[in-house]
Amino acid sequence: MSPSAIGKVAVAVFKESVRDRVPYSLVIFAVVLMAASFLLSRLTAGQDLKVIKDLGLATMNAIGLLIAIFIGTGLVAKEVERRSIYSLLSKPLSRSSFIAGKYAGLVLTLAVNLALMTVAFYGMMEYLSLTTDDWIKQGWRAPALDPRLLIPIALIGVQLMMTTAVAVFFSTFSSPLLSVLFTLGVWVAGHFSGDLRNFQAAVDSPAAAAIARGLYYVLPNLDAIDVKNEIVHGLAVPWAAVGVGVASLFAYIGALVLGATLIFNRRDFK
Amino acid sequence: MVAIETDGLTKDYLVGFWRPKPYRALDHLTLAVEPGEVFGFLGPNGAGKSTAIKLLMQLIFPTSGSARILGRPLGDLAVRRRIGFLPENPAFYDYLSAEELLTYFASLFDIPAAERKARVARVLDEVGIGAERRMRLRSYSKGMVQRVGIAQAILNDPEVVFFDEPMSGLDPLGRREVRHLMLRLRDRGCTVFFSSHILADAEAMCSQVAIIAQGKLAAGGRLSDILGVDVLGWELIVDRVSPAALAQVRPQARAVTELHDGRYALDLPPAAPEAALQQLAAAGARVVSLNPLRATLEDFFVKHVAQTAGRETSAL
Repeated sequence: MSPSAIGKVAVAVFKESVRDRVPYSLVIFAVVLMAASFLLSRLTAGQDLKVIKDLGLATMNAIGLLIAIFIGTGLVAKEVERRSIYSLLSKPLSRSSFIAGKYAGLVLTLAVNLALMTVAFYGMMEYLSLTTDDWIKQGWRAPALDPRLLIPIALIGVQLMMTTAVAVFFSTFSSPLLSVLFTLGVWVAGHFSGDLRNFQAAVDSPAAAAIARGLYYVLPNLDAIDVKNEIVHGLAVPWAAVGVGVASLFAYIGALVLGATLIFNRRDFK
Repeated sequence: MVAIETDGLTKDYLVGFWRPKPYRALDHLTLAVEPGEVFGFLGPNGAGKSTAIKLLMQLIFPTSGSARILGRPLGDLAVRRRIGFLPENPAFYDYLSAEELLTYFASLFDIPAAERKARVARVLDEVGIGAERRMRLRSYSKGMVQRVGIAQAILNDPEVVFFDEPMSGLDPLGRREVRHLMLRLRDRGCTVFFSSHILADAEAMCSQVAIIAQGKLAAGGRLSDILGVDVLGWELIVDRVSPAALAQVRPQARAVTELHDGRYALDLPPAAPEAALQQLAAAGARVVSLNPLRATLEDFFVKHVAQTAGRETSAL
């Protein structure tokens, strides 16, 4: 793998995303957030900030997820389908660098997207703060421009990196539709990881409990690093569990990108 | 050192969903292409030409056999800096302009940033892409995309270039330009390996050809040896010829074909055609043209493809 070649492919992916449809997601995000803030600030006196924080983080997560899944699963498949890969792979570019570059490019796209959404998010909260009476603000547990919000946003970024790795992995050998379904499946299962671990408490079957526990170890644990509620509601963050979760997700990402390159290195393009 | 060599290169595909069976797309292809040649890789549709080129480009992997380009094994990334490739019916990123695409590819070749712009401009000029180079590729015609494909294949001033059906999608003017480009590449010392089923192109440019049919190498050799110098007959075209004069020369001809406006084509045997010419001239006929008939690449192609396919020539 060549870091220079990976960087060049990544920039090309970013450029494609920017020229394609990713900017629209920002517009959707901004519209949803603004509409919601105006509406909710009139309905939920005192609770509006928390609702908007919840809604903003959830929207960021959802838009990032859509980008990661739908662009991620098409990254390799589209190149093969339109046969642009023929010219590209005849250049001094290894297949491993190609896969790593594609992955890095989408992660870069997601990072920029997330950063822009974060700016819009803070801008909206600043607007809310300026237009809210002081007596209401006194009831807020955390300030509108709470820097601690950057923690769940960064962790959303890690979750999206994970989801992108899953999408790219499946796209190296599966059709785009199946890749979408598989990736979505892993994402959903990853958020119910804790339930899989404690499955024996809900069922009597030791076999089912063993299978659930096996899945718990195989599937990525996205739930472990989801601290949105803790931050929004001003609760303590379980840092040790989050640290382990982030480390295990990075190991998972490494394994998936490695697996994707191993599969892709052996693939025929008929 | 040979530019391209293959040794028993074979590719099987598995065909069928249930109980897939192997289908041999390329069968023990052994070739050697000398540097600086224009090598025509010819064959009917589905013969295995693109399979062979994809194997050489490592887009697919051989079932058995091996190949080397510029003396190096196929997986060697360093070799890719020295070769170019135009795939059949090329497709690129339609959100980029031709200029942006080539700049991207130039960066993959590590062409210095300061040099990239001039290099991209030069190759786009060479393939006849003008002001439209700044337009997105999605607005390009098929012929223009083909030209961009050729431009990206020669971007790195390759020592060996592979063109898979380079004339596809080009109009007659474009085909002539590409022929000239390939000859210019040869003059620069570049080895040009191109696949085609258009024999006139091969006959006009190649020094060496290989004919492939049903995945097997059917024949090959230097074009000068294949075409030969022996005259196989004469094609005489005359007009203003009277029926009496025609009747007089008809026994000497292998065939007489009426063309139009009283013009006739006579297929004469290899022996000197002077007698027939004198008889016709004496009868007031006018000679329009007299051309020697020699073995053509098409004859050679049809004969060997038919042999490989186990069919009679007339069945093609």
